Amino acid sequence: MATEFHNLQELRHSASLANKVFLQRDYSDGTTCRFQTKFPSELESRIERPLFEDTVKRLNIYYAEAEKMGGQSYLEGCLACATAYLIFLCMETRYEKVLKKIGRYIQEQNEKIYAPRGLLITDPIERGMRVIEISIYEDRGSSGSCSGSSSTSGSSAR
Amino acid sequence: MLHLRVAEPMRECEYSQISTRSSTPMETPYKKRTPKRRKWQAFPGRNKFFCNGRIMMARQTGVFYLTLVLILVTSGLFFAFDCPFLSMQITPAIPVIGGVLFVFVLGTLFRTSFSDPGVLPRATPDEAADLERQIDVANGSSSGYRPPPRTREVVINGQTVKLKYCFTCKIFRPPRASHCSLCDNCVERFDHHCPWVGNCVGKRNYRFFYMFILSLSFLTIFIFAFVITHVILRSHRYGFLNTLKDSPASVLEVVVCFFSVWSIVGLSGFHTYLISSNQTTNEDIKGSWSSKRGKGNYNPYSHGNVFTNCCAALCGPLPPSLIDRRGFVQSDTPQPIPPTNGITMYGSTQSQSHMAAATPLLQSEPVILTDEAFLPGRTSLGGPCSGALPLGGHPTPPTSTPNLSCDNDMLPLRNEQSDGLRHHHTDGGHHHFLTPEEAPSPPGMLPCGSPLGHSHTIQGFYNPASQDSLHEDSVRGLVKLSSV
Repeated sequence: MATEFHNLQELRHSASLANKVFLQRDYSDGTTCRFQTKFPSELESRIERPLFEDTVKRLNIYYAEAEKMGGQSYLEGCLACATAYLIFLCMETRYEKVLKKIGRYIQEQNEKIYAPRGLLITDPIERGMRVIEISIYEDRGSSGSCSGSSSTSGSSAR
Repeated sequence: MLHLRVAEPMRECEYSQISTRSSTPMETPYKKRTPKRRKWQAFPGRNKFFCNGRIMMARQTGVFYLTLVLILVTSGLFFAFDCPFLSMQITPAIPVIGGVLFVFVLGTLFRTSFSDPGVLPRATPDEAADLERQIDVANGSSSGYRPPPRTREVVINGQTVKLKYCFTCKIFRPPRASHCSLCDNCVERFDHHCPWVGNCVGKRNYRFFYMFILSLSFLTIFIFAFVITHVILRSHRYGFLNTLKDSPASVLEVVVCFFSVWSIVGLSGFHTYLISSNQTTNEDIKGSWSSKRGKGNYNPYSHGNVFTNCCAALCGPLPPSLIDRRGFVQSDTPQPIPPTNGITMYGSTQSQSHMAAATPLLQSEPVILTDEAFLPGRTSLGGPCSGALPLGGHPTPPTSTPNLSCDNDMLPLRNEQSDGLRHHHTDGGHHHFLTPEEAPSPPGMLPCGSPLGHSHTIQGFYNPASQDSLHEDSVRGLVKLSSV
């Protein structure tokens, strides 16, 4: 049963939530924000592994960038301290800027890659940065059961 | 199935509205809506919020007001009684420097007290169910009496660290996070709960806390030194007794400063050491990374040198708050508040209906969650593998609690034993500590020589049921008294 959606609106109207997959945090690097890149088995029939891993790797890169401790972040910290943190009334922190970038990236990925395959990624910030939640949708046209051997709609995204 | 109910909320949310900044609540006009509540109003932890969610503090704020009064009164008296003389006799720079220090102290105090320390939002029902499933799978079918220990091991920088499962928040705590029983929240990089600032000290406000105690040390020493100078100079001119008559406040100031200096300066020194070695108070007290534990034991989080550790702690990037206090509660179904930053949750209500079929018990849990800390003896909520909740059996209080340092290795074993108690009523009263982090620790237990002026909500024992609410109150009272 192929679950093909051409855009998110179609996903909305005709799909129902079948399952959710959670990608947990990878703490092997300490407390910095990283997510496991292990490919969940539930997605095997839905999306190609390289695409998925690419998304997660990209997210990890962005989070590493947000938390990077280098000259720029030190400068920002010292400047903020010197101005008694009032400077953040005018500008946003680097972390917040990167989080916005991540939000845009996820939205773009959802629109281009995941929604056509009946998947939806939730921004980790909505889940307290604990998990990347991937919702799996089923076509309402199909009879309620999980997609068995759905030929992946890889072609639709191209 | 639940298609109908599920489809409707989806239609209402426009995907294009997704942005990390927007805070548009979901519209469901066809449902009777109570006035929209902000998320802080439905926050499951034990916190107080002010200014419509902008300010966040712990529940007990009495000692914070004491701190404020002490600082204001002492500084006020200094500026009123001592500064005129000093600025004339020595230099007017004295009140100026004093003023700058005073403003800095208040600024950092408010910043520490009012900000989110790094609270981790509780898991949504879907996440909790998924974790439970994973735990079950990982441990095979739990054979009757012994539900599996809920820990995960991870290797960080060559050190094996155990991640513990928090029963209240239903998550595996990240490394260095801990559950504060006073605030009933998991806090990232939990240092301790400070009644003096009326808040937990964690990842997001540790630097403000450190700057507060550092600047307060300077202010205290400054006032102490110059009040003494004032008294001496005046005594030379007018005699000691006349001085006391003219400036009676000086005596009060000297007394307050004298007693504060020891604790505050000591505390600053202690935290300077912690920062330079990149440890939390929690870890230091437990001796997690001390070499006494074993030859190969070292702190995996340390950056190697003192300078980098200090920079990282004080000038590193400041992560944003993970709990969206001022966002609006969106769904009409009871669930732990999803930590959005205003992103429209097209998934949230669906998850409710989906989960309702799968694990109906989880739906009701959030309602009980907030009470859990108060009445932990309530028998388990009936969910899968929830047998690790403290028992309503024959509670015996823990006798002595010296083994803070062996908490890490003991935990899995104890978990199993205490879970087993649910089914056999063994009288291993002292096997009751399941999640030691989730208990307020009687303050008399602090083994290390750290200055008195602090309470540390750290690994203590989980006090069993019936005595708990009374015990908690008395412990909290003790906690306050001990730090005075």
